[in-house]
Amino acid sequence: MTTLQDTVPETGPTASIVTNPAVLRLALVLTSIVVAFGVVPAIATDYWLSSIIIPTIVMGLAGISLNLLQGYAGLVSLGSAAFMSVGVFSAYNLILRAPALPLPVVLVLAGLTAAGVGIFFGLPALRIKGFYLGASTLGAQFFFQWLFTNYPWFSNNSQSLTISAPRLEFFGYDLQSPVGRYLLVVTVTALLIGFAFLVVKSRLGREWMAIRDMETAASVLGVRVASRKLQAYAISSFFLGITGVLWGFAYLGTADAHTYNLDKSFQVLFIVLIGGTATIFGNFLGAAFIVLTPILLDHLVLSANIAYLSDQGAITNLQRVIFGAIIIFILIKEPDGLSAWTRRGAEALRARLKT
Amino acid sequence: MASLLELSNVSLSFRGVTALNALSLTVARSEICALIGPNGAGKSSLLNVINGVYRADAGDIVFDGARFEAIRPGKAARLGIGRTFQHNALFRRLTARENVLAGLSRHGGACFIENVFRFGRDRKERNDFAARADRVIAFLGLDTVRDRIVSTLSYGTQKRVDLARALVSEPKLLLLDEPMAGMNQDEKKEMSRVIAEINRTFGTTIVLIEHDVGIVLGLAHHIVVLDYGRKVADGAPEAIRNDPNVIAAYLGTVH
Repeated sequence: MTTLQDTVPETGPTASIVTNPAVLRLALVLTSIVVAFGVVPAIATDYWLSSIIIPTIVMGLAGISLNLLQGYAGLVSLGSAAFMSVGVFSAYNLILRAPALPLPVVLVLAGLTAAGVGIFFGLPALRIKGFYLGASTLGAQFFFQWLFTNYPWFSNNSQSLTISAPRLEFFGYDLQSPVGRYLLVVTVTALLIGFAFLVVKSRLGREWMAIRDMETAASVLGVRVASRKLQAYAISSFFLGITGVLWGFAYLGTADAHTYNLDKSFQVLFIVLIGGTATIFGNFLGAAFIVLTPILLDHLVLSANIAYLSDQGAITNLQRVIFGAIIIFILIKEPDGLSAWTRRGAEALRARLKT
Repeated sequence: MASLLELSNVSLSFRGVTALNALSLTVARSEICALIGPNGAGKSSLLNVINGVYRADAGDIVFDGARFEAIRPGKAARLGIGRTFQHNALFRRLTARENVLAGLSRHGGACFIENVFRFGRDRKERNDFAARADRVIAFLGLDTVRDRIVSTLSYGTQKRVDLARALVSEPKLLLLDEPMAGMNQDEKKEMSRVIAEINRTFGTTIVLIEHDVGIVLGLAHHIVVLDYGRKVADGAPEAIRNDPNVIAAYLGTVH
């Protein structure tokens, strides 16, 4: 019954060292580490670090968070930013009320707080699906914006309801400079990427994908669907909580409830759609698109010298229209997201190396 | 021989349409029991009641000495009821091997933190799962396609992956919903050989649905004929072949 078309040529010991996937993967990881920790901090200017690289990495991390939930477990959330805000407000209060805690512990506790909240707001997933589930996750979005706006306790009774980043340090090492903040962001991100890979390669990840592809079959095989779904919300929100802290403290330097509004949630959703579902690195392509395109459009307006043609508001709106049109174009042309490009590129490269 | 599965007076209806009408049925340990009958006779509904996808309106089920009025799919899996599906229900974006590994879910004992960080019970589970999956993949001749995404496989191979996914958890009772649907005569013969071999090698009790009466008469030890949710006949293949009720309800007509 195994027909001829199903058999593939063996890639055994005959495959050369350059095409061996394990060797390639190791080389890729080592190169990324050298670039991320050595090359980038050495050559990037403060502007590039603070305004482009840090937000791209943090938004990529937000994309990974949502992708675990949406791309791997097949669930939906329109409240990503709410879990980010839970993270940043938790971290702020932990540092304020327990100053002895070192930064890594604060980050993990902030993530765990968001995870707990995520489980609660994931409960509707046990009963409803798709669009309706998406609508119910909006509840988290509106609830936390209301909570952090109406209860000043969370922002230490600040008049503006804004929290400002505490002094970032890691065992005495100052992380206030752009390079310091970059190193904090890139270290946390590297660790969370490793965590994400462990998750998706584990039995947990496999059972998420089984639920995503065919929930009935999964339950018939004995997959504990309900607890797996809640674990998806927990882990996704853990990631989002930490991402929220990085966004507030390492990128913006301040945060309030409005920083993490519905727009932010949609941005995270677009990163997943543009980068591609069920991928880890694709999220950084999506994030680069979301961060860079508006900057690029700004530069375009400046260099084209068309600012005098209309008022600033109209130009901003025009930029949004163009931005939206590009998103629609990408989604039509590449429904699997930008990560499909790199996958195809890698395959072409491998094929060329083989011959 | 003691029976593995006993249904008594099981009824099921959908908004007033009767699918199963006070059906009673006994399946002996280690036998191959075939359910036959025209479309809409209630065969698939019966399988769905046995493993908890549907909940019977009345009647009860005794499986392996335990009595149930209703059972949930996960519970059925953990008690040792495996099944394949009539329509393709594979995890289409996973590889054949990952599908088979997912079939072992009911044997997983490690919590998700152990699974993710690869410590504690995960080590043993990981090795155990890999060994079991590879054994079933070899047994069903799927080695050459193990790392292929299942949606890219031919229909017959997909059916085989579905069977491997159900078999890997070593169920006591294996429910096969039209395992040979859409196959040509050679493929049917091959599948029927595989089913007989599973039954012989592992002693697995099998309940299957199949329309091809020729195949069924050669494969099954026990045949149950359904029509309009009722049992028309129940017995050994020789008895069924000669039963006038069966000839009238089923064998006489072409499906």
